[in-house]
Amino acid sequence: MHTFEFVRPADSAAAVATAAQAKTAQQGADVRFVAGGTTLLDLMKLNVETPARLVDINRLPLDKIEATSDGGLKIGATVRNSDLARHPTVQRDYAVLSQAILAGASAQLRNMATTAGNLLQRTRCMYFRDTAMPCNKREPGTGCPAITGSNRMLAVLGTSEHCIATNPSDMCVAMAALEATIHVQGPNGTRPIPIGDFHLLPGSTPNRETVLEPGDLITHVTLPPPVAGSTQIYLKLRDRASYEFALASAAVVITLNGGKVTRARIALGGVGTKPWRSPEAEAALVGQAADTVAFRKAAEAAMRDAKPQSENGFKIELATRCLAHALQMAATS
Amino acid sequence: MRDDPQSGPSNPTGRPFLQTARGTTAAAAVAECGPAHLNSTHGQNASPVEIADRPNIDRAVPITLRINGKDHQLRVDPRTTLLDCIRETVALTGTKKGCDHGQCGACTVHVNDRRVNSCLSLALMHDGEEITTIEGLGTPDTLHPLQAAFVACDGYQCGYCTSGQIMSGVALLKEPCGPDDAAVKELMSGNICRCGAYANIVAAIQQVRKNI
Repeated sequence: MHTFEFVRPADSAAAVATAAQAKTAQQGADVRFVAGGTTLLDLMKLNVETPARLVDINRLPLDKIEATSDGGLKIGATVRNSDLARHPTVQRDYAVLSQAILAGASAQLRNMATTAGNLLQRTRCMYFRDTAMPCNKREPGTGCPAITGSNRMLAVLGTSEHCIATNPSDMCVAMAALEATIHVQGPNGTRPIPIGDFHLLPGSTPNRETVLEPGDLITHVTLPPPVAGSTQIYLKLRDRASYEFALASAAVVITLNGGKVTRARIALGGVGTKPWRSPEAEAALVGQAADTVAFRKAAEAAMRDAKPQSENGFKIELATRCLAHALQMAATS
Repeated sequence: MRDDPQSGPSNPTGRPFLQTARGTTAAAAVAECGPAHLNSTHGQNASPVEIADRPNIDRAVPITLRINGKDHQLRVDPRTTLLDCIRETVALTGTKKGCDHGQCGACTVHVNDRRVNSCLSLALMHDGEEITTIEGLGTPDTLHPLQAAFVACDGYQCGYCTSGQIMSGVALLKEPCGPDDAAVKELMSGNICRCGAYANIVAAIQQVRKNI
């Protein structure tokens, strides 16, 4: 591991000022915020991340879960994943979020990992993690050996000729279906970012994963008020029963009335280069009878633009069945 | 080991063997490796002051770690993980290094009563916090109930993952967990056992849960 300076800022403003000196907030950042450390320390040991300065935000007052005045929920940046998943309001009103978090990682990692850190979780693509290999995300312009190599776990949606790395988060998939907003404090003030705009598609710059700029500190996430009468399901399919990343997952928030779907919010995990909201599936569902035919059609709509790689073509049918089954579970729960 | 009257089932920690090993080759090999300052003559009783006074640690930062109820004033290289600090600087070697990437759970300790992977955390992040390792759980004469249950249920073969398994299991006792084996397996999935003692590990945890 490269050596670094470890600083503990007195408040958020000091944290922002320190991080604002960085050249980039993306891959190769020379200043990093550290909270749980479960992604960052892992990648620093691999020399994939080599920050010269770590800004410890663990002792900033960003660890609260509070109701918002409009009936929604405010989740602090350093709220631990385990605390978020077990919070009574989250379990009651945002069950899909609780289920998604508990489907990810291990109990120890969930005790460490934070809300903001999970939003910034990095891909598990083995080429990204191995500095002996080329990787456009880690070293722009060096190529993507995954496209002709080992890509069974990698993405089929949102890929480019430069990168097919999967976003590994479960939490983000649920937050996409819940239409979360990410709140950032930066050198020029604060700004809200809808989660759909937060992560970037790889395109020709896979080293840029989010819209964050130097100094931008995620302070909290807000969820809109729960939708009365909605049912929520997170279904995750993986190679092991526990402690494994998704091959495909689906977050579903649907409302039924008189046997018809009146509202649907759908996002997929394990298949996209970012947490994958599917307006196509939502549009295909609303107004339809809540039956297996409609669920299958909606799931097929979600995967219509999927592009298989040499080893992961199975994910297209797997994700289709995953979403159709999640919808069926939500409709009958 | 077999000829040592202190090892084997009557001495579940195996610590005398480790201390002997540390007094010979292990200490000689480690002492010159940057942040690791394992003191063979003092072992786990090394004076915190003496460690704190050691020069020549690049960018060393002073911290106080409260481990198993005892304050340790240390100077550590910022890169030192909590795991390496516990094992090499404080010389409590019951906590094990497996994968060193948060994938195996061998390094599990408690920080402020919550189980964490000590390999994915920097020692500096825990200045002033309360850390519990396997050495703080019980003693050979007064085992923690889960330690005793691991012995009774044969919850190990090689023993390398055992301290992590027990630290995880003790934390599980206070976490929301359904009554059946499946719920225990789910919450213990962050601890890998390559010997495959899983069935007995689950049995040990369930034995303790039934008695509380």
